[in-house]
Formats: sequence, C-alpha cells, structure tokens
Amino acid sequence: MTRFRSGYLWARLSVLLSLFFLPLLSVAQTALRGTGDLGIIIERAIGEVLIVETSGQTILGKVGGLGDLSHATAVFSRDERYAFVFGRDGGLSKIDLLSMKLVKRVIQSGNSIGGAISQDGRLVAVSNYTPGGVKLFDAASLKLVADIPATYGDKGQRSKVIGLVDAPGMKFVFSLYDAGETWVVDASDRTALKIRKFRNIGRLPYDGLITPDGRYYIAGLFGEDGMALLDLWHLDAGIKRILPHYGRGEKKLPVYKMPHLEGWTQAGNELFVPAVGHHEVLVMRAGSWQQTGKIPTYGQPIFVMSRPDGRQVWVNFAHPLNDTVQIIDVPSHRIIKTLKPGKAVLHMEFTPRGEQVWVSVRDANRVNIYDTATMTLLKSLPADAPSGIFFTARANKIGL
Amino acid sequence: MNRHSQKYSVSRSRRRRKPLPVVAIIAAFSFLLTQLSFARAASVELGVKRKTELIHLLKQDCGSCHGMTLKGSLGPALLPYRMAKRDAGQLRAIILDGVPDTPMPPWRELLSSADVTYLVKLLQEGVPHD
Repeated sequence: MTRFRSGYLWARLSVLLSLFFLPLLSVAQTALRGTGDLGIIIERAIGEVLIVETSGQTILGKVGGLGDLSHATAVFSRDERYAFVFGRDGGLSKIDLLSMKLVKRVIQSGNSIGGAISQDGRLVAVSNYTPGGVKLFDAASLKLVADIPATYGDKGQRSKVIGLVDAPGMKFVFSLYDAGETWVVDASDRTALKIRKFRNIGRLPYDGLITPDGRYYIAGLFGEDGMALLDLWHLDAGIKRILPHYGRGEKKLPVYKMPHLEGWTQAGNELFVPAVGHHEVLVMRAGSWQQTGKIPTYGQPIFVMSRPDGRQVWVNFAHPLNDTVQIIDVPSHRIIKTLKPGKAVLHMEFTPRGEQVWVSVRDANRVNIYDTATMTLLKSLPADAPSGIFFTARANKIGL
Repeated sequence: MNRHSQKYSVSRSRRRRKPLPVVAIIAAFSFLLTQLSFARAASVELGVKRKTELIHLLKQDCGSCHGMTLKGSLGPALLPYRMAKRDAGQLRAIILDGVPDTPMPPWRELLSSADVTYLVKLLQEGVPHD
C-alpha cells in the first residue's frame, strides 16, 4: 500500500514535472542549433543570400534586401552566428544565420569590394573603391569607428583599396591599387590607429592574401609580373618582390577577368597561385619563394584553392573558358580531373575538413556539390545567379 | 493577278523601247546593289538571341571590372551620361583593342564588328529593360 502510494506520488510528480518542462523541451527541439555547418551563398543579381547547411546539404532559408551583391564577399563573427556581407554598392549588412534575419545594414561608401574582421572580433573593416580607403566599424552596432582614406601622391589622390585581410596583433593589411602601396594598420587602440605604409610595391596590385599563420602578406600584381611579399614579423625588411619573371618571353593573353588570391593555397611547403595572362598555375616554395613549377591549365585561373588537407587544388577559369573546373594532384603537379559544371563557374568553397566542395554555376542558376574524394557530383541546389559561397568555418581562420 | 500582269506589261513595254544590253547591265547592277545592301543589313542587324547574349556579356563580364550595373568598380563607370559624350568610334576602338597599360583587354577575338556596334549603342543609349 505504501509502495503503491509512493509510486502514485511519483507518477503525479512526473506528470507535473513534464507539464512544467514540456514547453521548454519543445522549444529546445526546434530552436537549438549549432552554426558550425552553416554558410551563405550570394545571389548576386537579386540582392539576396541563401542560408545553407553542409551536413544535410540543404537550403535553410534566405535573407533579402541586401542591395547590389555583384562581387559581394562575407566574413563571420567569431561565434559563427552572424555574417557580415560586403556589397558592391557600399552596403555593409549583418545577418543572423539562426533567425535568418537582416540585423542591421549601413551604406558606408559608394563602392566597396571586400572586408575583414579583427582578431578580437570587435571590428569589421571594409575596403572601398569610391572614395578609396578603409573604414572600421564596431561589429556589434555597425557604428563607424575610424575612416582611413587611401590618399597618395602629392595631390592627395585617393586610391582604390584591394586585398584587405586581418592579421595578428589587431592588424589589418591592405593594398592600394592605383598607388602600388601596401599599408599595415594597427588597430589595438581603436582611437589611435598606427599606420605603416610600404611604397613602390609594384604596379597595380589586384588582390592580396595572408598565410594561415598570419605572418606573410602577398599582393598579386597586374601591371607587371610577380608578387609583392611582406613579412609581418619583420616589417623593417620591407617589401620583397617574388616570382619576378614568371611570364618572361611569353606573350601575355588578354585578361578578361582579374584573378583572385583567396585563402592560402599551400600544400606541403608549396604554394599554388594563378599566373596573370597565362593558362597556368604557378608553384613556388614557401620560405625561399622560388618558382618550383608551372602547371598548364585549361584557361586563365581565377581561384586556385587547396582542399583543407592540401592534397588537391581546385581551379576555375576566366571568361570565356569559365565553364570548367580542373583538379590538380598536389604531389605530382598533374591535373587529374576536368569537370564541366556549366557556364560561368564563379566560386568554390570547401567544407571545413574538405570532404565536399560547393561550386557556384552562375548562368545555370545552381550550386553543384562535389565529393572531393571521388570528384563526382553529389547534388545540385537551385540558386539565382550564385556567386560567392562562404562557410562559417572562416570565422576562426586568420585572413578570411 | 491583275496588278501583276499590269506590271509585267509595263516592263515589257520598256524593254521594247530600250536596247537590250543596257537593260541587262542595269538589271545586273541593281541586283548586285540590293544583294550588297542585304549583306550589310544582315551584319548590322543582330538577332534577338545575340543581342540578349551581348547584354548578358555587358552586365556580367564587362561588369566584372566595371560593376554589374556599370556604375564602375576597379574599372571606370560606363553609364550612358558619360558614354554619350564620347566618340562612338573611339569607344569602338577601346573595345576592340583595349587600353594599353591598363587592365582593359582587347575583345577583338571574341566579338564581331556588329557585336561591337551594338555594345557601343548599349553603352551610349543604355541597356533596354528586360
């Protein structure tokens, strides 16, 4: 009888408890979610981004009203919850990936191209073409913190800014396209920025990148052969020109699209970079910065991206040969596969550990997902003129 | 039927008045002329499909440097209010041969003469709304 009673009590208690916790449980089941497998896809023509997840390879939703997103890029907050999208029209938009809402949007210039987030995640930097310069914003409020006009020459001209990355020590590094300069900004004290300028780095730097350890910054040059290297551990050593003669004796082809230097295509101790005006990927040794090879490719490379483990390098190409992706086997420097995803392949993004790569095919209005081990198509997702694809794992990588 | 036979009779009457060789020469010449003007019209007047392709090229591929809306980016703005002031022949030369020491490439290998004529028209008059 007592037993029965206590059992009865327990039953009543558990009913009460479950009544109390039930709403919480159901909320938890629908709302709790991590963001480590999320990402965004830019739909360039309609000013929207798709929010996707790579575990089930699905589209979760979309966020619109982001303005002109042609050539848009994005960085992520360090908690991987928010995406900061840099639009061509100078718009800086902060998107909540979980609620799939536009949190805030500011028009910060006439024409911008890229951005970066600081080491501590509290500052977002935007590089601008018109008027040329870099602006720093508070990551939480998107309020302007500092304006760095890219002035050069004796008449106070403004240069377009390219190749903006973050670097350790609360630094931002970027290059001046018209001026041929690289600037290092120390933003440790946001009220008193320290700027160090390196002049005569070479003609028309078109993009820049930084090594994953945050030590070397390299700007690619359009106006002449070679690249400009800066060792951020030894700023006094200044700019060193590398790969100075890679195109010597060969006629440069017309360049219908500027290549990109994104991330660091380092595999082993070798780096893979696009050759401007040639159907080639160049290989150089890190440290000595000497060219160790060149790999003939289908067209002029745009993105040369290594799988996170560094064993494969995936390459897409400039107009009019932009229907193709080639895969380089890193140890042998050989092309092991040529894929034809469709017209206008614009960007590629690997999942954090590299088992998939997502490829945007603008004119086919789809994103193709490939298994990188078998190099075969897993799935296609519909997207309106997709361009950049950005996964949240970038949040915790230097320079991305 | 009536009209036709009337016309026919007129030309017949002409033929009777003038010597045959002259008529033949004039006919041959006019035939050639019409053929020539037909050929020119065909090269100038692009099909709808090609025009659509060129608008796409202008927005997407010219747009990769000049901005998708042609408001300018790494390359200068190409909006009608600026382009209309420029000489069409000069714009044509820039598209065909590029601008030395700048990233503007020559498009000669990818575009026909009629393509360039249409692109210049688009630049100066604006892209029709789709």
